Amino acid sequence: MNKIVAKEHFSENVVRLEIEAPLIAKSRKAGHFVIVKVGEKGERIPLTISAANVEKGTIDLVVQRVGVSSCKLTDLNVGDYVTDVVGPLGRATEIEKFGTVLACGGGVGVAPLLPIVEAMKKAGNRVVTILAARSKDLIILEDEMRKWSDEVIIMTDDGSYGEKGNVTVGMEKAIAKEKIDKSIVIGPTIMMKFASLTTKKYEIPTVASLNTIMVDGTGMCGACRVTVDGKTKFVCVDGPEFDAHKIDFDEVMTRMRAYKPQETEALAAYNSK
Amino acid sequence: MTKEEILALRNEPWRDELRKKMSPKDRGALERVKMPELTPDYRVKTFTEEVQQGLTKEMAVAEAQRCLDCADPSCMKGCPVGINIPTFVKQIENEDFEGAIATIKKTSSLPAVCGRVCPQEKQCEGNCIKLKMKQKPVAIGYLERFAADYERESGKMKAPECAAKNGKKVCTVGSGPSALAFAADMIKLGYDVTVFEALHEIGGVLKYGIPEFRLPNSVVDAEIDTLRKMGVNFQPNTIIGKTISYEQLHEMGFDGIFVGSGAGLPRFMNIPGENLIGVMSSNEYLTRINLMGAGRGQGADTPVLKGKNVVVCGGGNTAMDSARTAKRMGAETVTLVYRRGLDELPARAEEVHHAMEEGIDFHVLHNPIEYHADENGRVKEAVLQVMELGEPDASGRRSPVAIEGKTETIPADLVIVAIGVSPNPIIPTNFKGLEISKKGTIVVGEETMQSAVSDVFAGGDIVRGGATVILAMGDGRKAAGAMDEYLKK
Repeated sequence: MNKIVAKEHFSENVVRLEIEAPLIAKSRKAGHFVIVKVGEKGERIPLTISAANVEKGTIDLVVQRVGVSSCKLTDLNVGDYVTDVVGPLGRATEIEKFGTVLACGGGVGVAPLLPIVEAMKKAGNRVVTILAARSKDLIILEDEMRKWSDEVIIMTDDGSYGEKGNVTVGMEKAIAKEKIDKSIVIGPTIMMKFASLTTKKYEIPTVASLNTIMVDGTGMCGACRVTVDGKTKFVCVDGPEFDAHKIDFDEVMTRMRAYKPQETEALAAYNSK
Repeated sequence: MTKEEILALRNEPWRDELRKKMSPKDRGALERVKMPELTPDYRVKTFTEEVQQGLTKEMAVAEAQRCLDCADPSCMKGCPVGINIPTFVKQIENEDFEGAIATIKKTSSLPAVCGRVCPQEKQCEGNCIKLKMKQKPVAIGYLERFAADYERESGKMKAPECAAKNGKKVCTVGSGPSALAFAADMIKLGYDVTVFEALHEIGGVLKYGIPEFRLPNSVVDAEIDTLRKMGVNFQPNTIIGKTISYEQLHEMGFDGIFVGSGAGLPRFMNIPGENLIGVMSSNEYLTRINLMGAGRGQGADTPVLKGKNVVVCGGGNTAMDSARTAKRMGAETVTLVYRRGLDELPARAEEVHHAMEEGIDFHVLHNPIEYHADENGRVKEAVLQVMELGEPDASGRRSPVAIEGKTETIPADLVIVAIGVSPNPIIPTNFKGLEISKKGTIVVGEETMQSAVSDVFAGGDIVRGGATVILAMGDGRKAAGAMDEYLKK
């Protein structure tokens, strides 16, 4: 049982939760995720850690309301307990001095990108960050990102904030301006696919962080498997970050839909309660 | 146990008298008991009711009479944890059921589990002298289960006595059979024992893997409760090597660590179409249903795919469990595809028998080579290579050989791959200094289960790569004995 000590709405459907988890706060590194379960009959879902406070013994999770499990989690309030939190899981991000790093976050993917941007900056990189979302109210963690980035480019699909256009427009601009040595993309799978195609054109080494369906999160079930460079990999133990130019994103998107009918039905039932 | 100790128990007056009550000839003439079972039609509609209903008192006593109480009991040589089998069997014949369970518990910490899932035909019963006399072996497994169930159902489950605390702390990584056996022995010896488990439930494969119709969760929980009463501390949601490092375990004061982290990674065949929706590992399928409660009408949030035409690949116990679970999930057809013949199936004979009774179609001498998808990326059919048996291979079984050009395509909207597992990589990659085999298992001393890191011992699937509950328990016991010696030095 892990207590929620703070809750903040970034937008109607995006919530930041600060959860007591002292051991995880101490051992986590940028790129790690946790598995969270709400209620005795809850589902185990993976969420990437967006921040940690070792002194307070807490971790931050930024959660978008998508299905029943994320709704149950974000319906919890300060003082409530999350039934199970386990982690940190996965391999940490490879942090070193690459030179100039282009960090691209789409939607709620900006949250797990934040600790990576911070670590990259601390490792001596110049960091150019692109924050992309559908509209202004969905741009999150801008101030925190500015703190650790040398430059921040904001992109919105509707042009309500920053520049109009999707993430790749901003990426093209940044790449035209200076030599990029490394890129990291985190966001919806479709966004990562096109962001990856963009850097591939310029042969910029790129990693993407996948957020697939998981059950145990420790390598036991294989629900999260993906094809990388023609080989099957497990996101939970081999990832969640992979060479973006070698990921079969279409397969990832197909596999994400495995339980779509059940998820839609369950959400309708939850919302009608 | 030494020969002398075994003989001393056998020579106790009550037992001498009992032996004389009936001649070996009369004992030999008795029929082996038949375990009462739910009918196949009924049981494929229930997840939680056990297929095998257990022996009655009368049945157990009658079966115990069949045992000849040998002076040199060969059955014991087949038991990985060395249960004094003739003693507990004779105690049952003598209607001393409490004595029987006490005898078993001296060396086995999970009798109700072992009585249900051990491959007795390859172990104790496979070594029974009666086989040499062309008789059926004593139903030792059924009797073990009877003794354990009798105690649990009487509500008087006794926690074995523990030695005075010795001030030393040890822990386990994992809470499956090897770790529980280790924990039981160490707490008895006076150690402070903590069991760390990665999942939210204690029990490891006994919970996520073996279905309730074969091993009810309540039975597992009762055994775990006994350990809790003995003072074992259980800590779920903790991944050693991730949440807590080897170094942190030392800071926390642990003097010895037993790794029983199991066989984590499911194997796949690396054939085209294996990543389609609807193709999954048996670990995933069984975990969703057994551990998460998916598809069982109990309001669980975890979904599971329900196939109409289910194909299960593999021939072991997990394949049988998956096939029989799919039947209970409402599948119209369940086809078990195995590349060798029926005689080569590695599963327990009883599981194969039960699966056949439940209408599982055994498609032996077939091997999947490709899966085809519908327009939504969901599996719709499996292409199978037809095989024949060739020369015996390294395992001594006749090896399957493809018959060139001969394939068969069958409909499949759910494919469960149950072809084995590889060791969980978390400990091998996070504990420095361990010796790791090419297969990814932790290398340990055969007798001591001690790894290259002197305070780390290991057992079960993380050492063997894939074995049985009882072999894992045997490892846990061996490790406990050796760690005790090591820590006393």
